[in-house]
Amino acid sequence: MLMTNTEEIPGKKTTAFHGVVSGSTVRAKHVGRDLMASFKNIFGGELKGYTELLQESRDQAIERMLSQAEQMGANAVVNIRFSTSSVAAGAAELYVYGTAVTVE
Amino acid sequence: MEQLIIFIVLIMMGYFFGRMAESRHYRSIKEREQFWMTRPAGSYKRVSDPKRTILKSELVSGNVVISVDYFKRIVAGLRNIFGGEVRVYETLVDRARREALLRLNESCEDADEIINLRIETSSIYKGRRKQVGSVEVLAFGTAVYFEQK
Repeated sequence: MLMTNTEEIPGKKTTAFHGVVSGSTVRAKHVGRDLMASFKNIFGGELKGYTELLQESRDQAIERMLSQAEQMGANAVVNIRFSTSSVAAGAAELYVYGTAVTVE
Repeated sequence: MEQLIIFIVLIMMGYFFGRMAESRHYRSIKEREQFWMTRPAGSYKRVSDPKRTILKSELVSGNVVISVDYFKRIVAGLRNIFGGEVRVYETLVDRARREALLRLNESCEDADEIINLRIETSSIYKGRRKQVGSVEVLAFGTAVYFEQK
């Protein structure tokens, strides 16, 4: 499965459009990570645990989007966009969407 | 009295450790940015040289979460009273953006060009009294591999 965030795959021709596909996941951090984060809020610096957590969740959202695209019979997803929103205190929603297409 | 002492200790720790972390981070950012200077990366949607054959293109991304320190938070809180530029937060967001871009670059070392670069910022975690505790930056784009001449 090809993925880009441009409107078409560079150097390839789009032959069919299938529509919008999307994947989302809501994740909460566990208490240990939260505790570490509150320490870091005094000293500053990167929150490695959060960086990893968000990366993992984003990969999961992408996977969900791709399986949806597969069901539609597409072989590529173009114009991918990410969005993040905090749903409640301590939980974040990661949403990814794009257009499923068939390229030659 | 006790509370005042704790407060002052926290501010001092935030100032020293936060400063140290920030200058170390900036040094590493500047060093690594030198390395990626030559590769074109932009927010334009097409490749710079349309005549070259494209072998492959893929979605690449880089993200980072950076936390504020206690000192920055207090300074920003004071700024909220008088108004004006909050420079302590500017450097924080600047660091996060540059780091995210660098991670994007490092995730696709063999690519020839990066197009349609987008950067998104969100505060994912809010600390006490709804103050921003940390900032996440996600950079994503399309890496393009050309056929070698």
